[in-house]
This record gives sequence, structure tokens and C-alpha cells, in this order.
Amino acid sequence: MEKLRYERPIINKIKAGVPDKYGMQPKIPVKSEIDGIPVKEIVEKYGSPVFVISEKTLRETFQKANRAFQSRYPKVQFAWSYKTNYLDAVCRLYHDEGSWAEVVSGFEYDKALSNGVPGNKIIFNGPDKTDEDLKKAIENGSFIHVDHFDELYSLIRISQNTTPKAKVAIRVNMDTGIYPKWDRFGFNYENGEAWNAINRIMLAENLELVGLHTHIGTYMMTANAYAVAASKLAELAVRTNKKFNHSIKYIDMGGGFASKNTLKGAYLPGKDTCPSFDDYADAITSALINSEIAPDQLPTLFLETGRALIDDAGYLIGSVLANKRLSNARRAKILDIGVNILFTSFWYEHEVYPAQESSQQTEDTTLYGPLCMNIDVIRESIQFPTLKKGDLVVIPRVGAYNMTQWMQFITYRPNVVLIDQNKKMHLIRKQESLKVFKEQELVPEFLLNEKPLKA
Amino acid sequence: MKLKSNIAISENGFMFDPYTGDSYNLNNTGVEIIKHLKAGKTNEEILAELKQKYDVDDLSLEQNLYDFIAMLSHYDLLENA
Ligand SMILES: Cc1ncc(COP(=O)(O)O)c(C=O)c1O
Repeated sequence: MEKLRYERPIINKIKAGVPDKYGMQPKIPVKSEIDGIPVKEIVEKYGSPVFVISEKTLRETFQKANRAFQSRYPKVQFAWSYKTNYLDAVCRLYHDEGSWAEVVSGFEYDKALSNGVPGNKIIFNGPDKTDEDLKKAIENGSFIHVDHFDELYSLIRISQNTTPKAKVAIRVNMDTGIYPKWDRFGFNYENGEAWNAINRIMLAENLELVGLHTHIGTYMMTANAYAVAASKLAELAVRTNKKFNHSIKYIDMGGGFASKNTLKGAYLPGKDTCPSFDDYADAITSALINSEIAPDQLPTLFLETGRALIDDAGYLIGSVLANKRLSNARRAKILDIGVNILFTSFWYEHEVYPAQESSQQTEDTTLYGPLCMNIDVIRESIQFPTLKKGDLVVIPRVGAYNMTQWMQFITYRPNVVLIDQNKKMHLIRKQESLKVFKEQELVPEFLLNEKPLKA
Repeated sequence: MKLKSNIAISENGFMFDPYTGDSYNLNNTGVEIIKHLKAGKTNEEILAELKQKYDVDDLSLEQNLYDFIAMLSHYDLLENA
């Protein structure tokens, strides 16, 4: 007799009066392939966990964003935010799409150069630029975005002995009606500090004020904040023109567009609530076009969009290490994905999907990582089917910040694989090895001589 | 292991505990095990029955059954031994 398909026994308590936030799920979605390649095959070749980047999604998302702005405004230039994901292959894809580079450190600056970005297509942001960095940036004709007066005076000093003139912009912070206000970066608009900085730059012989920059925050849920910010920068540009007869070449609106991930504590999924590229583009370009800037002097619009461009193109595949019952009978699973490689699990309720057909029964489940630490929780509570040890899971929308903020802890950081548009896989970052770590470490001579373990 | 008497279960997996007023949802395998328990079968007998009927290896089945029974105990659905 042929045996029946087995499903493990499940009992769920029905909680009257407490309807589930998302209602009953009709079918548990399965994510068994990425861009046509079976998840299983990716893991067989590159191990688990493994990050995957989709070239197709990356390019399509960029083109969508670019189109939203290009169709509304005559001069638009994206600059890829290196910190969001500075794997060389990823950066080169954006450069290939026409993006410049936006960097915030000497390391990122050198990485951009090494990726073939000419110095005059690099935007140098951030509060941490050494004198060496500034000198190099001036000589390369990069755009230096000044963060504070100490940096401004360093620039004035350094630029006395360098050629050509330093191309500078100031970063401006302001009240855009959102909370929290990011007032720790740049010069404040409302209290007149930004205007003072502009005046000081205009008096400096070797500095050329080319742009005005702001980055009002990250994961901005309202497009209107950008309209407010663009208007304020436009006002500064107009005032500069009036007083100095000098036109500002570009206005840089920074990054901060929300990705479709769901923030912790949000009631509705991010994909239903976050504004579209068109919404953001509408707000920003309308504000600029409707400002008092003369139409023939409209500045180029720079954008440093990070997470909204790359999040969707990144996946993290992992496997189930164990199933557990907690002392309160809650179902828990241990995955081989820890918060050290999925840093964004501190902010997002990441979606997690089984990679193979599974039971249609779900249980309220906690997903833990493998680190021997209490904070290592990928999902506090998720309706999830029971998977067996070794079964695979896929976490979508992890392209932003994870592959730069990840921390090495108790084991190696995993492989990163790019799936190209012809469905070919390419290893773009190798899993670390003991050798990598040994190379960074030094053991003092006196510890080398003795046998480390006393007999 | 004995289920508390009076506990009602329907074919489609709805279970009601009149002592507490709580109700539960079970899948088919769950319903089957409850029926076996009601019939007074031992864990070993239940394992043998399920093994014969379903395509499953011994160890998984054993692990799942004990986990399920732990849940019954957690929900206070078993007679105290
Ligand atoms: C100056 C600057 N530009 C751009 C970005 C990218 O931001 P996002 O990923 O929110 O688009 C950041 C992120 O912190 C930033 O600090």
C-alpha cells in the first residue's frame, strides 16, 4: 500500500477577540528561486548562508528611479551612496548606469577611484575627512561637501597651497517637519548658520561654492519633507545669487527614500505605505521648479539614494539549524543567519520565506540566529510553517547596509553572489577564511617561543 | 498519556475544552493523534499506527509526537498522571 504524505501534528489555540494582525494567510508563499536559479542550487555551490544580488532588479530599480526624475526635471544626476553597499561589483553596476559616486571616508573615496570613477565625479560627504583626504579631493576636482566650520577653515588653509580651486558645497540641516530632526550634520538653516557658511566660502579666494546639499534623514515616509527641504535650499541659492551674483550649479537632496521593508512596530507592511519614486520626484522637482530660481539657471539635481535603490536587489539565503520549543511552549527556530550579518533586523520586520514547499500549517514562531547571544533575534514573531533541519529560507530586501555594516563574529562572513542578467552566477565577495584573520593578527615574539598550552 | 474526558473534537480539526472554554485548531495528523489518545492508545501504539500509514521516518515521527504531546500538556488537556 502506498503511504500517505506526512504532515507533522499541529495544535494552535484559537484566541477569541484577538484577530491576527494580518488575518488568515490563504497560502504560504514559497521563494524557491531567485531570477530563475533554484535557491537549492545557489546553496549547493556557494554554501549557507549566502547573500545574493540580482543584476536585473538592481538595474530595473535604478532605471525606474532615474525615469521618475528625468521625466520631471531637465538635469538629474544620481551618485551611488557607497556606504549603502560598496561591493565593487555593485558599485560598478551603478556606475555603468551612469551614477557618480558619493563617499564619506578616505577608504570609500579610494574605492571609488579604484572602480574607475574620475575624481570630478565623486561627491565627498561626511564629518571625517583628513587633511590628506581634502588635499587629494581638491586636486582631483571632487565635490567637497563641508560639514562644519572646523572643516571649512581646514579647507581654506589647505587650498592656499593647492590647485585648482576647491569645489565645495555645504551640507545644510533644517526643520522639514519630521521627527527626529537630523541637526548634527552640516550647518543649520533656521538659525542662519548655513547662510554664514555660504558667506565665508564666497569670501575665500580658493574655494568655489558649487552646490548646496542636504540629507534630511533615512527611510523618510513622507515625500513632503523633501519639498520643504528643496524649497529651503532653493531659497539659499536665490539669496546667494542676489548678494554675490553667483549661481549655484547643483542642489543635492541626499538619500533617505524609504525601501519597501516594514519598519519594526509598523502596523502595515512597508510595501503598502512607502512613497514611490514618482511621489518623491514630484515633491522635489515641483519645489525646485516653483522656486524663485530663474528657469535658465535651474541647478542640476543630485540624488544620493541608497537603500531604496539596492534593498530589493539583495537576498539572504540561510538554513534551519534546529527547531525548538521555548519554556512557554512557543515555537522557535534557529537559523544560520545571525544579526551580525543581517544588521537591518534591528530596524525591520524582515519577510522570511521557505525555499521549498512546506506544510500549509503555520505557527507563531520566533526566528533566532546562531550567535550565542540573547539579542540574536531575526523575527520576534512570525506566522511560519514548520521546516526541518537543513531546509532553506530566503530573506528578501536585504541589499542595503547589510553588506557594509556586517560584523564578523564567531564565524566567517559569507559569500556574496551576483546573478547576472543572463542568469549566470558570479562570486563577488569570498567567504572569509582563517587565513584572512591570521593575516591581520600579530602574535608578540615572546608568545611564539613557548608552547601555548602548558603541559 | 490520557486526554481529559469531555474534550470534543470535530473531523475538521476544531477542538473544544469545556473545562476552560478554550478552543483549538488542529491539522489532520493532530486530529488523528487525539482520536488515538481518546481510544486509550499508548504512545508506542500511536507511533506504530502512524508509521504504517504515512511516509515518514521513525525519528522525525517520534520527535513530532512528543512535541505535540508536550503542547497538549502545556494547554492542560491531559489527565494528570
Ligand atoms: C550623506 C548621505 N547621503 C546618502 C545616504 C543614503 O541614504 P539612504 O540609504 O537612506 O538613501 C546617506 C545615508 O546615511 C548619507 O548619510
